[in-house]
Amino acid sequence: MTPILMKGHERPLTFLRYNRDGDLLFSCAKDHTPTLWLAHNGERLGTYRGHNGAVSCCDVSRDSSRLITGSADQTAKLWDVKSGKQLFTFNFGSSARSVDFSVGDHLAVITTDHFMGVSSAIHVKRIAEDPQDQVGDSVLVLQSPDGKKKINRAVWGPLNQTIVSGGEDTVIRIWDTETGKLLKQSDVEVGHKEAITSLCKAADDSHFLTGSHDKTAKLWDMRSLTLIKSYTTVVPVNAVAMSPLLNHVVLGGGQDASAVTTTDHRAGKFEAKFYDTILEEEIGGVKGHFGPINALAFNPDGKSFSSGGEDGYVRLHHFDSNYFNIKI
Amino acid sequence: MAAVVDIDALSAQLGVNWSEVNLDSIQLPPGNNFGIESDDEAVYHDDQSEFDTGFGNIIVVDHLPVVPKEKFEKLEGVLKKIYNQLGVIKENGLWMPVDPDTKMTLGYCFIEFNTPQEAQNAKEKSHGYKLDKTHIFAVNMFDDFDRLMNVREEWEPPQARPYVPGENLQKWLTDEKARDQLVIRSGPDTEVYWNDARQKKPEPVHKRPYWTESYVQWSPLGTYLVTLHKQGAAVWGGADTFTRLMRYQHSMVKLVDFSPGERYLVTYHSQEPSNPRDASKVEIKVFDVRTGRMMRDFKGSADEFSIGGPGGVAGASWPVFRWAGGKDDKYFAKLSKNTISVYETETFSLIDKKSMKVDNVVDICWSPTDSILSLFVPEQGGGNQPAKVALVQIPSKVELRQKNLFSVSDCKMYWQSSGEYLAVKVDRYTKTKKSTYSGFELFRIKERDIPIEVLELDNKNDKIIAFAWEPKGHRFAVIHGDQPRPDVSFYSMKTAQNTGRVSKLATLKAKQANALFWSPTGKYIILAGLKGFNGQLEFFNVDELETMATAEHFMATDIEWDPTGRYVATAVTSVHEMENGFTIWSFNGNLVYRILKDHFFQLAWRPRPPSFLTAEKEEEIAKNLKKYSKKYEAEDQDVSLLLSEQDREKRRALKEEWEKWVMQWKSLHEEEKLERQDLRDGEVSDVEEDEYEAKEVEFEDLIDVTEEIVQESM
Repeated sequence: MTPILMKGHERPLTFLRYNRDGDLLFSCAKDHTPTLWLAHNGERLGTYRGHNGAVSCCDVSRDSSRLITGSADQTAKLWDVKSGKQLFTFNFGSSARSVDFSVGDHLAVITTDHFMGVSSAIHVKRIAEDPQDQVGDSVLVLQSPDGKKKINRAVWGPLNQTIVSGGEDTVIRIWDTETGKLLKQSDVEVGHKEAITSLCKAADDSHFLTGSHDKTAKLWDMRSLTLIKSYTTVVPVNAVAMSPLLNHVVLGGGQDASAVTTTDHRAGKFEAKFYDTILEEEIGGVKGHFGPINALAFNPDGKSFSSGGEDGYVRLHHFDSNYFNIKI
Repeated sequence: MAAVVDIDALSAQLGVNWSEVNLDSIQLPPGNNFGIESDDEAVYHDDQSEFDTGFGNIIVVDHLPVVPKEKFEKLEGVLKKIYNQLGVIKENGLWMPVDPDTKMTLGYCFIEFNTPQEAQNAKEKSHGYKLDKTHIFAVNMFDDFDRLMNVREEWEPPQARPYVPGENLQKWLTDEKARDQLVIRSGPDTEVYWNDARQKKPEPVHKRPYWTESYVQWSPLGTYLVTLHKQGAAVWGGADTFTRLMRYQHSMVKLVDFSPGERYLVTYHSQEPSNPRDASKVEIKVFDVRTGRMMRDFKGSADEFSIGGPGGVAGASWPVFRWAGGKDDKYFAKLSKNTISVYETETFSLIDKKSMKVDNVVDICWSPTDSILSLFVPEQGGGNQPAKVALVQIPSKVELRQKNLFSVSDCKMYWQSSGEYLAVKVDRYTKTKKSTYSGFELFRIKERDIPIEVLELDNKNDKIIAFAWEPKGHRFAVIHGDQPRPDVSFYSMKTAQNTGRVSKLATLKAKQANALFWSPTGKYIILAGLKGFNGQLEFFNVDELETMATAEHFMATDIEWDPTGRYVATAVTSVHEMENGFTIWSFNGNLVYRILKDHFFQLAWRPRPPSFLTAEKEEEIAKNLKKYSKKYEAEDQDVSLLLSEQDREKRRALKEEWEKWVMQWKSLHEEEKLERQDLRDGEVSDVEEDEYEAKEVEFEDLIDVTEEIVQESM
């Protein structure tokens, strides 16, 4: 499996996202320009210029026409995927950390950090059919109990009835989108022990996977928030992904970026680790990055995946045929 | 938060103002703990009472002049002057009682110091102080009065305690699967495990958080595990779980050491001096392990316990007392400036009541099996007097053999484990005196007149990085040359034709190694590249002179063979932040299992006592190994079958459970189909499409697989 190295970012990668058809790959990095790539050969199609800060997250609509990005310049922006034009800017009082389109793409959930007395929050915005009609008002604002902790990710639950959030306070919460009430939160005993860094949901919104600095990733039922599986690794987990095709999960991470320069490159464990979803056993790893892995995404066809690292590279891997026959 | 609010509400209800309550002032009725167990069950009650009186820092000075009121202040002033030199007297800490009738002093006073140490010191220094001819101070600790007053007039024979049958302390040796135990410390926990290589995992035996306050150590024969605490040391052992067998009171104990036959335990404590110019104070106690009785204690400044070598070693080098080899624990020796003190354990006094005077001796080393002491004296008088290595028989103190060595910079002595050979690594100056080169002097102890042979490496200028004897064998390994790729050579003390000559067996060129670890049974050795070499391991068979396996335990810091030489543990301890934990390998370098533990401090195999089998019997077993091993191989197979069966069962259960979830998710997804369609403005829902896609993928995949297999089989 020879990866395609995509060098388009000057700063560490933060997020990767395929569109539904699996032909486009969007990447976000701490430089200010989200980039669009062809998913099969890594050709750069274009960039989305306009942000004035690190871009931490993005999402693309089901029909691949709209892109939403969240950035540390205290805005979230809507883009036209094809032309690269800015359609609308949502302004916040602090960094936008995560964005996610709802089923039907009429709503978006955006999380913002705490900043200068503003506590971290989850905002729900209505996305208008016609960009002309777009307004910046929030339909709903949810406050996390601990406003001093970042909410690293919030996504829509089944049928847009719930929002699932996770962040630095280690707790996973499920919110009711109608009333804004907190419905469930993860059990302290079985939950993560350190900051939740990433959250990835299954295509059918039935379950989701969380990665945490406590060196574990956990698989949860999205409706009942029951812990189903737990995967333990040796380094903090920054990114997680689930194969849509096989029962595999991928964890990416590595030692803290600040310690990288002082230790042997092998100490870092900058590998994307594959685990069997059901048996919780490690299958293998994909090496290559020379910094921690910050982002992982599976192509919706399950035949390729890409990883983005602190080193500024996106590595696009097409699986060899023997990957599909792994038996453990 | 919530709990605090509750308490506040409750106290408001009851009208209690918490700020006015002093929790310490609440006295519980004695003997009633209200069901609240004290945390410090392990607190040493007897010692505790000693400290609890709180009078440990008071001394009583007797034989003072009896003075009238007018002279009271003058006397007080004199006393203060004397005792302020010896320690800090507490404010109002000097109290001289006065006879209420005559207003005369009573001839004694009490002085309270800041610390018990100061009081002890003041007592020792001022006892017998002559104030004038008629007044010679008699100083006592206040606590001693109490203790001595309570001594009965008549001697009562101590009551014989009823005999309580002890546990079988060696039960672990009777393990049916003949497994070995190991102890690890990680985070606050200390855990003992069976090394169950068949099951490819450790099996827990005993786990205890905060078992020790610094480290743990096995006794040399594996009977006891010693833990260190503020109050002293304790040993643990027993048949099934680890119970405390004995405690040894020695406050702030820092280091412990067992005699080789594990009859005695030596504990060490040193205290930093309050005045930095003074040497630190050292206290060493020797206990009988089984009775817990202190046999002897040694006190003094660190100078007396350190080697007065040219390096001027700071502090004492541990172990201060070196025990003579063999299982009788008969002698132990201490090295200090120009003297070697050899004690015998029958009376715990010096042999012949005096130490051996050896000018400038810097190192001593016991034979591991006999009471022979080897010692090294460096060059003196600018080379006029040669350096010498000598062998001394104890207790006769007869010099068995001696060798003078010229232009020596340093010497290191290595005994072979059965005491047959002694290798002395000698670093000599070159003619210019600018650099040194190394060679070996090899002593054959068991032969007549103890012949000495000189061995020099092929390349004389090679630096020697490591040296190790084969346990119980006649071979040794040397790492020599320059980093980062030194050579490793193997030598034998026997040659095919001539048993009395050393010969080289092989040299392995350019190895990434800086440490040698022989298997305890010999024959196999691990050439390890620790630290700078990131944990390179080479498993080498010295009989065949071939590498069995090479492996890497990244960043490994420690390597330890199990006592039987079947398995070896490599560990990354918390000197590194990452990948703390240990790995168990088979003797030939197969990875058995790996355990990760954060904050991993220590790993130690439980030693085994030596085998009772005679050498002939062992040889016979080695010859007919096939016959003996059959039984164990069958067992191995049974276990591995069972394991794979269990594994299959577990996997099946997991798969079933997962299928249940998937079914549930599928049906829910189906139920919500219409609603989802609604949310997507009536766009035909993804369900059919998704299913179609999924099917397509599966289909394609399946064909791929089956076709290939069919082709292959045809």
